[in-house]
Amino acid sequence: MVKKRYILNFPPESGDKPLSYHLVRDYDIRINILKAEVYPGKRGSLLLELQGKKENIEKGVKYLTDQHVVCEPLEKRIHFEEKKCIDCGNCTAVCFAGALTMNRETWKLEFDKSKCVVCELCIPACPLHLFEIDFK
Amino acid sequence: MSKIKTYEEINQKLKQGKAVVLTAEEVSQLAKHASPAEIVEKVDVVTTATFGAMCSSGALINFGHPSPPIRMEKIRLNGVPCYEGLAAVDGYIGATACDPDTPAYGGAHVIQDLLEGKEVVLEAWGKGTDCYPRKHIYTSIHINTINEFTLFNPRNAYQNYNVAVNTTKRMIHTYMGTLLPNMRNATYSTSGELSPLLNDPELRTIGIGTRIFLCGAQGFVVWNGTQFNTSRPKNKFGVPVTNAATIAVMGNLKEMSPEYLQAVYYEKYGVSMFVGIGIPIPVLDEDLARRVSIANSQIETSVLDYGTEGMPKLDQVTYEQLQSGYIRVKGNKIRTAPVSSLAKARKIAQELKVQLQNGQFEISKPIQLFPKNTSLKPLKETEAENG
Repeated sequence: MVKKRYILNFPPESGDKPLSYHLVRDYDIRINILKAEVYPGKRGSLLLELQGKKENIEKGVKYLTDQHVVCEPLEKRIHFEEKKCIDCGNCTAVCFAGALTMNRETWKLEFDKSKCVVCELCIPACPLHLFEIDFK
Repeated sequence: MSKIKTYEEINQKLKQGKAVVLTAEEVSQLAKHASPAEIVEKVDVVTTATFGAMCSSGALINFGHPSPPIRMEKIRLNGVPCYEGLAAVDGYIGATACDPDTPAYGGAHVIQDLLEGKEVVLEAWGKGTDCYPRKHIYTSIHINTINEFTLFNPRNAYQNYNVAVNTTKRMIHTYMGTLLPNMRNATYSTSGELSPLLNDPELRTIGIGTRIFLCGAQGFVVWNGTQFNTSRPKNKFGVPVTNAATIAVMGNLKEMSPEYLQAVYYEKYGVSMFVGIGIPIPVLDEDLARRVSIANSQIETSVLDYGTEGMPKLDQVTYEQLQSGYIRVKGNKIRTAPVSSLAKARKIAQELKVQLQNGQFEISKPIQLFPKNTSLKPLKETEAENG
């Protein structure tokens, strides 16, 4: 069993298909919707956590891609200019998901992207504006 | 009779490379099994440091006279207002200054850009006088083309600072970062046992003329900082439990490093500047040995509600608790986050330690100590005449 988060971007025409239902039924994937923005007739974006057998998740992702849904691992959509980080800790104050934490020994910032729920609070909270998340 | 050392003795040892220098964190560890008497025997200098946002900062610049000359009566640097009420080509760019149309780029960014060797656009206007006939100039300046480029910060390195929480139902944006509603987070700012003014709470060695590490260069404490307050309540270990003393500092920006100076922009607050300060404290006697040995568990600070007018105090916590990741405020367990960089403060303390050990940094006795028994006045509004 593996667990992995993906950002899904739906084109306007696939907005009304029960895609997550097929993921569950056809590929035995446990899904957890962490964030959703749907604009009927325009587009939709989902942050989905997929849990299941590795090969089933791969098949499920292929199924989504065949339905013209852009499906990318969450980490690829998070951009963090780590080199410029001064380890001030401001982003950790707002990250209730626990993705951004201070190492209590070195007091350097640690970023576990797999825990991100795309709340996007870190984007304005960083006084150097080092975060970008491509959700839409 | 307990040992007493002089600045001269310590400087002699520093020059010979024989002095023992520890960081304030290292001496706090040492103090767990060494008495103040032993520490004054063993240790000569303790390095302290901080790297945090300090709004009351800025740079004095002399642009040099153009030909024909101009009396600069309005100055913009990359569009940011620069204070011009000085002599013809002198200006002071405050860290928090900005054009309201572009609030995310301010004086701190101008200072950082110059420090990093970038060209900055200078535009200035004058009314034109007999001796300064010119009315307008539009050109670019560079760190190497300007004359003096001096960091002058009227208030830095606060001795302790509050913890910020927000009891209201709405998220608020402050210089202490983003405060989530219903006390879902707490932010704190000083480097605790490494913080300069917490290691010499009576300011016996930090005064006018103290040589310090300032953004990578050697700078000086030039005065007490603004809002200097010695009347704050102290705990049983002799440290104030809220923001108290401050220092004004100066140094040559041309010798500084962008590694220790960083412009920042806080959403819905404004621009500020992270300033790196390191202060060496000579261990002259047992009293100072005891002071520099202070540990996070002995330093307390006040938890204030930034969401409520008047910022009422809710509780008092130690830096040991703050650095553990959680504090308890009125029975609630709250996640904590720093808003100043302890990692960078440690780097400064370490770098200063190396400079001292290599005989590159001479410690200096204050020419004059700061005033005692100062307190703060609020701004009382009166009905101004002809107002």
